[in-house]
Amino acid sequence: METKVATCQRKILTGNAAAAHAVMLCQPNVIAAYPITPSTEILEVLYRFKADGFIKSEMVEPEGEHSVMSILIGASICGGRTFTPTSSQGLFFMYEACIYAAAHRLPIIMVNVNRETTPAAVASSGQDIHLVKDNGWIQMHGESCQEILDMIIMAFRLAEDPEILVPITVAYDGYYLSYRSEAVEIPSQDQVNKFLPPRKIVNPIINPDAPMTMQPGLPTKIFTEYRIKHMKAMQLAMTKLENIEREFQSIVGRSYTGVIEEYRLDDAEIVLLTLGSCAGTAKVTIDQKRNEGIKVGLLRVRMYRPFPKDQLVERLKGRKAIGVIDRDVSFGWNCGHLFVEAKAALNDLEGKRIPMLNFVGGLNGGDITLEHMRRAIDDVNMAARGKEYQNVTFFELG
Amino acid sequence: MAIKYTSKYESPWASPETLHTLNTGDWRYQRPITKVNKCSHCATCYIYCPVGCIKDMGAYYAADMGNCKGCGICAGVCPTNVIMMIREGRED
Repeated sequence: METKVATCQRKILTGNAAAAHAVMLCQPNVIAAYPITPSTEILEVLYRFKADGFIKSEMVEPEGEHSVMSILIGASICGGRTFTPTSSQGLFFMYEACIYAAAHRLPIIMVNVNRETTPAAVASSGQDIHLVKDNGWIQMHGESCQEILDMIIMAFRLAEDPEILVPITVAYDGYYLSYRSEAVEIPSQDQVNKFLPPRKIVNPIINPDAPMTMQPGLPTKIFTEYRIKHMKAMQLAMTKLENIEREFQSIVGRSYTGVIEEYRLDDAEIVLLTLGSCAGTAKVTIDQKRNEGIKVGLLRVRMYRPFPKDQLVERLKGRKAIGVIDRDVSFGWNCGHLFVEAKAALNDLEGKRIPMLNFVGGLNGGDITLEHMRRAIDDVNMAARGKEYQNVTFFELG
Repeated sequence: MAIKYTSKYESPWASPETLHTLNTGDWRYQRPITKVNKCSHCATCYIYCPVGCIKDMGAYYAADMGNCKGCGICAGVCPTNVIMMIREGRED
């Protein structure tokens, strides 16, 4: 693979290579990682960058993911910029340390390449990332290789903001995005340097001249205080993201739409709601269905934690029916995770309840096809006209 | 509702002065008592105390009862044998 990087250029890159290019441009001090499919290619590209002298990062490969996150915690507490890629079982193995990183408000950036969990599944799905949604990290979901690259650069900026200081996971669908090649515009190092200044130290760092205690035993009152500060910082991240995206646009030229993305939504009577790569399939199907006269639009959640509750309520009120596409299941709710979130958010809608339908597909590498999407839109359209509907549909099982 | 914060930090850091610790000495069953006028002020107990609760009182050392667990190591290492372990709850 050609690894030379000059000024702003256009290349054909896989999602993983796009992520590695973003990391190279952000120049972390420490990259610790343990390889796991489908995120391994990020590491391969980063090690090549290291060998070719494009990054100066200290690169560590310890015995497992729990040590990976522990190393990044140490590096971040000492003031470093840190990064790791992972997937599925690797993500779960580092979970305990992830909670520590979040509680200590360390701006660590992780890329999670979404993958199915056990039994024995090395294939695409959104299951892994949904199982860690409440660990105190900000979670962002990309739809294309270009968006992955830009999102990672913006994630470093957002996480290191003195008012935020929350670790961020940038997630994208394994296989569909990790190995798909697309044309990606790579910003120049000068542009990224201008957008992303060196990390400012706000909280104390480890320093023998001024000893401090990390994670002291806390009485419940002050513990609650830190919890509230963490939640407030996460809420603030939603507006911060919009400001950061405006600045990114002024420097790099590409614009994004904050915590949600809309597609033909303004006059839509029925709406599809989803995350990640299957939004592309949804957009194509929506164009087809619009030609047939069905007023359908799409709302894609870009920032999943904090959940954009107010934006959903604002943009979904007055619609006739909503279809939620999930690539994962929530045990105990017997539907997809995004469906649970959307139902909770839309409880704030005043007036008549909107019919909400859940479609679960793409488990363990299954495709969500145009045919699936057409069926979802047809079902939601029937529900909007007052027909009886099924709450949860599994695409593969009818 | 405006919340009044007591910590100046965003995350759980504490300096030696502001360390927000719980009182961890209340499950002690025995306590060290120093014969203050016989203490040689050698600081052996100060060095050996595993929880670092021995304080320098100027002419002698004494344990901070808020954090002392009553392990008795100070009494064991004292070269002049002036630290006695007394059962909690007894007045003698």
